[in-house]
Amino acid sequence: MKIPFSLTVNGKPVSTEIEPRALLVEFLRGPLQLTGTHVGCDTAQCGACTVLVDGKPMKSCNMLAIQAQGANVTTIEGLAQGDALHPMQAAFRKHHGLQCGFCTPGMVLSAVGLAGQVKQPSEAQIREALDGNFCRCTGYHNIVKAVQEGLADMTA
Amino acid sequence: MTDTTVREKPASAAPQRATKPGGPIGARIERKEDARFLTGAGQYTDDVALPHQTYASFVRSPHAHARIRALRVDAAKGAPGVIAVYTGADIPQSVGGLPCGWLITGSDGKPMKEPKHPILAQGKVRHVGDPVAIVIAESAAQAKEAAQLVDVDYEALPAVVDVRDAMRKGAPAVHDEAPDNVCYVWALGDKAAADAAFAKAAHVTTLQLVNNRLIPNAIEPRACNATYSRADDSYTLYVANQNPHVERLLMTAFVLGLPEHKVRVIAPDVGGGFGSKIYLYAEETVCVWASKLVGRPIKWTAERGESFQSDAHGRDHVTRAELALDKDGRFLGMRVQTTAAMGAYLSTFASCIPTILYATLLAGQYRTPAIHCEVTAVFTNTAPVDAYRGAGRPEATYVVERLVATAAREMGIAQDQIRRRNFIREFPYATPVALTYDTGDYEACLDGAMKLADVAGFAKRKEEAAKRGKLRGLGYSSYIEACGLAPSNVAGSLGARAGLFEAGEVRVHPTGKVTVFTGSHSHGQGHETTFAQVVAGRLGIAVEDIDVVHGDTGRIPFGMGTYGSRSIAVGGTAIMKAVDKIVAKGRKIAAHLMEVSDADVEFADGKFTVKGTDKNVPFAQVALTAYVPHNYPLDKLEPGLDETAFYDPTNFTYPAGTHICEVEIDPQTGETKIVAFSACDDFGNIINPMIVEGQVHGGLAQGIGQALLEACVYDRDSGQLLTGSYMDYAMPRAADFPSFRVDTRVTPCTHNPLGVKGCGEAGAIGAPAAVINAICDATGAKDVAMPATSERVWRVVRENQGRA
Amino acid sequence: MQPFAYSEPTTLAKATGAAAANADSRYLAGGQSLIAAMKLGLSAPAELVDLARLPELRGIKVEGNGAALTVGAMTPHAEVAASMEVGARIAALAALAGGIGDRQVRNRGTLGGSLANDDPAADYPAAVLGLAATVNTNKRQIAADDFFKGLFETALAPGELIMSVTFPVPKKAAYRKFRNPASRFALVGVFVAQTAQGPRVAVTGAGSRGVFRVKSMEQALARDWSAKALESILVPASELQSDLHASAEYRAHLVGVLAQRAVAEA
Ligand SMILES: Cc1cc2nc3c(=O)[nH]c(=O)nc-3n(C[C@H](O)[C@H](O)[C@H](O)COP(=O)(O)OP(=O)(O)OC[C@H]3O[C@@H](n4cnc5c(N)ncnc54)[C@H](O)[C@@H]3O)c2cc1C
Ligand code: FES
Ligand code: FES
Repeated sequence: MKIPFSLTVNGKPVSTEIEPRALLVEFLRGPLQLTGTHVGCDTAQCGACTVLVDGKPMKSCNMLAIQAQGANVTTIEGLAQGDALHPMQAAFRKHHGLQCGFCTPGMVLSAVGLAGQVKQPSEAQIREALDGNFCRCTGYHNIVKAVQEGLADMTA
Repeated sequence: MTDTTVREKPASAAPQRATKPGGPIGARIERKEDARFLTGAGQYTDDVALPHQTYASFVRSPHAHARIRALRVDAAKGAPGVIAVYTGADIPQSVGGLPCGWLITGSDGKPMKEPKHPILAQGKVRHVGDPVAIVIAESAAQAKEAAQLVDVDYEALPAVVDVRDAMRKGAPAVHDEAPDNVCYVWALGDKAAADAAFAKAAHVTTLQLVNNRLIPNAIEPRACNATYSRADDSYTLYVANQNPHVERLLMTAFVLGLPEHKVRVIAPDVGGGFGSKIYLYAEETVCVWASKLVGRPIKWTAERGESFQSDAHGRDHVTRAELALDKDGRFLGMRVQTTAAMGAYLSTFASCIPTILYATLLAGQYRTPAIHCEVTAVFTNTAPVDAYRGAGRPEATYVVERLVATAAREMGIAQDQIRRRNFIREFPYATPVALTYDTGDYEACLDGAMKLADVAGFAKRKEEAAKRGKLRGLGYSSYIEACGLAPSNVAGSLGARAGLFEAGEVRVHPTGKVTVFTGSHSHGQGHETTFAQVVAGRLGIAVEDIDVVHGDTGRIPFGMGTYGSRSIAVGGTAIMKAVDKIVAKGRKIAAHLMEVSDADVEFADGKFTVKGTDKNVPFAQVALTAYVPHNYPLDKLEPGLDETAFYDPTNFTYPAGTHICEVEIDPQTGETKIVAFSACDDFGNIINPMIVEGQVHGGLAQGIGQALLEACVYDRDSGQLLTGSYMDYAMPRAADFPSFRVDTRVTPCTHNPLGVKGCGEAGAIGAPAAVINAICDATGAKDVAMPATSERVWRVVRENQGRA
Repeated sequence: MQPFAYSEPTTLAKATGAAAANADSRYLAGGQSLIAAMKLGLSAPAELVDLARLPELRGIKVEGNGAALTVGAMTPHAEVAASMEVGARIAALAALAGGIGDRQVRNRGTLGGSLANDDPAADYPAAVLGLAATVNTNKRQIAADDFFKGLFETALAPGELIMSVTFPVPKKAAYRKFRNPASRFALVGVFVAQTAQGPRVAVTGAGSRGVFRVKSMEQALARDWSAKALESILVPASELQSDLHASAEYRAHLVGVLAQRAVAEA
């Protein structure tokens, strides 16, 4: 049984019907074709599927789409303004905070969701704050540098 | 003599977009591929949706070892949305097993045992996760639900998952063809010479080591999408893979018997590999085979649980190692006996990992005159074991560097001193284990690492930590690796069933823009940038004007793919050779345009110039002339500017370096923190330091992960996979590491034109021994098993009170 | 995932009514445990009753002049961690909530869900038991000592809804967690509190029957609230969990070390 479902995705209103069992990630990757949100695990741990729901990072693989009813969802496709990268995206690029790119959308959104939480977080605080995102490629070194600069640029 | 360039400043302090003299080579250029990855525009295999798409789910064995008594698929076939169900019985006799690409001949002169690896189980299953049937349906959910309706009647059989158990008399046999579970017994080196060295030794250090089994865990799970076209009887396979040409060759020639030219394999954006995506796997092979039967594209994407059960794993060695030294700590000989797990079937390169890529590295950076190594490869009821980042070389480094560190402590010699005393200093150097190192400067890297690690200040830090009740330790690891795989004739004489060259094509367009086609593949390594830098540097054009295409058998002449840190050394060189041909032809065109002889024209900075004058034609004009040959030597020269080259290396490359790890241990809980990790590496010349550092960081994280966190564990009785998800397999997170201190020293490789050696695996190779040596230093323990969990460290702290 | 019916009641009566009407229904809070279990086929309810539209289940209230805090069942971990009220009165509880899982999980997972789930390695049970909190349901008030009944078992009757939890403010309290490096749940977690009724020590992650109190430690702390007082007290390993990640012996040792550190920190 499908039920009516409306929300805002990357600033655009979406109104449709969905099956209650559809996960948010399935809805984003399937009907909305927003394939920048990735799936890396089945136990809600890797964070590749992280999106912002009302500004907060959440794992879209571990919530029903219907739980985002009425919410404002931001995926990686919604960050850049035209050709201008979001400061966090730009910082990842500058600091080589990505290699294969698979963890990257989740990592970037998780980092964007940190803005305003702690003022000028230390390296240790950033490492702790990335506890919900795995990266197998970078060893996190450059990600941490990128997040530090990205956060500074976001408030600048 | 070696040409050693010592850079004083750590590389990370260099300016962000420096363009050195010589153009973009050596510059920290931001990656071209990042724009798409950062905006969600990457195209990974699961993102590819084809018209009339169907979805597959595999039925997998829940048993480690069982006979299939009966298989009933009717219920699954009748389930909603199901299009087809196939089992091992449906696979025609003509379809072969998954091949192994390397034949190892045992010490007894007999070839290794190669039991068939069916693409769907036939009669028996041999590990948890062994695929038994494929269910194809209209949606992924329907396929998965129907898969649960496939009713398999198993007769469970006793299983062995540990190599030590598999070797016991009367152990259950994984394959009837190998009743003792032995795949081969192989040896390298002079046993008599090694024994003689031990007979005259003043000191012998002996260690029993376990190199823990790891699961590669690329964050993108394996995936494929296979489709058949009736129009021209051809197949297209999208697959998360590191070497699409090899995938195609093995699949068509050895398994499915399809005409190779009728199959196109595309590896689009691939989310990490680390070895696990080199191999030809059952799943994509079954999907290609079935795509013709169902007449629609079939997509399969592994769930992470399936990745844990069915990706090829890494490591899993049990080793007894001995080092003989004279009274001054000079190495006289080494003896190593290793039992290596193969898993239930031989994966694509499984057999050469614990032999060709392991025993040959046991000389390390040292002049050990006599080395003997015997390797027994054993079948177990587990997922197959194959190359995982480093592949054999981390295991070798672990043996050598644990021995060296332990010997130094036993003999009271400082860690750097024992290394200095034994370093190879003259090149080329032929080791007693079949390799010839072309160049290196091991002391430069040791000194560099000691400086980065502030070894001088360590005593003070240790004292300060002791005041807080903490233990500190310092661990060294001086590794070497053989990369740039490989001279084909050498590899062939050692059993390789394929060539190991690389191909590159450089296509200059009429406007002077360039497309480079490489047989190498990038799944994070940044080829689209690095290779463009190489070409831009040589042609004197902008990096932005060059696109690099990889991962498509339909567009690229040929390729052997990416593994063994070979991309820049072999793939990059192939491209350079193609560029050389472009320049040679361009020079003829330019000579014609300027009405001088070919010999009078030289090429630099993007211009063809008449020697000794400033008369020139720019590269773009030559390109245009090649395609608009109005004023052109058509009698002597074909139009067009598009060249292909194949490059087969003449030797391996030998990156080397020293890693130093500093740990702090809470003796009450055993909790171990990496407080600093310093790596000074020699990768030869460096094209893009930013990318190289990133490769080092990533490798270090995997190496430290092996040492402290990661272990794939099967239940010794039931054969069940106990670490089947991230709930139980500890993946390293950001807070598990400090920022790394990295630096490089350069001795250019002597036998490729770029002077490069490769950097992809160094971190994973050097780090484990450095970490464990540091823990032993801090606690006084002789050994602690990997992963050194808090409980293990807590136990060695208790057992070694007062010994550190 | 199996199909299920879904409702999103806006009044408590409708929520409990929906649950009562279908024995195969489950409440849905943050879904961090439930959806994960449903995806793996470990749970297949016929109906989910989403608690998200019930504002009365959310929020943090200071009670009786600061003698207690009441936290709504649907309050996410991140909100408890960041709450000024909690931080000022029971800092240990805020810190505990801030150490659950990871940031994304803390943005969704809730107090009520964690307690109803009663994972033997979950963090909140240690605080509820350690602080002698009261679990307020739609039917009754359940004392912490009566709430936890073993692995994934609680005193909740079918369809009974946790509304909130009332935590008495202790004189002192601290929580020390030793993480399972893979899952980040507690390998061992020890909550110590000096309450009006005396000291309490609650241990999660280690017990073979779930969260438990260490009476011997409580008695020692009643005589002398100091880390030293706990030095000679051993928790018998025979009652602890042994698994892939840690032996019972090691867990027993950690209980001692963490309890001492928690007391020193409180
Ligand atoms: C990756 C990951 C890591 C985690 N790490 C930790 C950790 O370190 N420590 C830890 O403690 N937890 C951890 N968790 C679990 C997390 O805290 C969950 O949020 C929590 O266990 C369940 O809360 P929930 O709100 O998500 O409940 P749900 O998953 O929605 O529900 C769980 C159960 O409680 C029932 N329920 C929910 N609310 C109520 C209510 N008000 N009344 C009655 N029944 C109710 C549901 O019917 C269901 O049976 C982790 C989870 C994940 C995914
Ligand atoms: S896909 Fe791994 S956390 Fe969501
Ligand atoms: S960049 Fe590959 S997983 Fe992070």
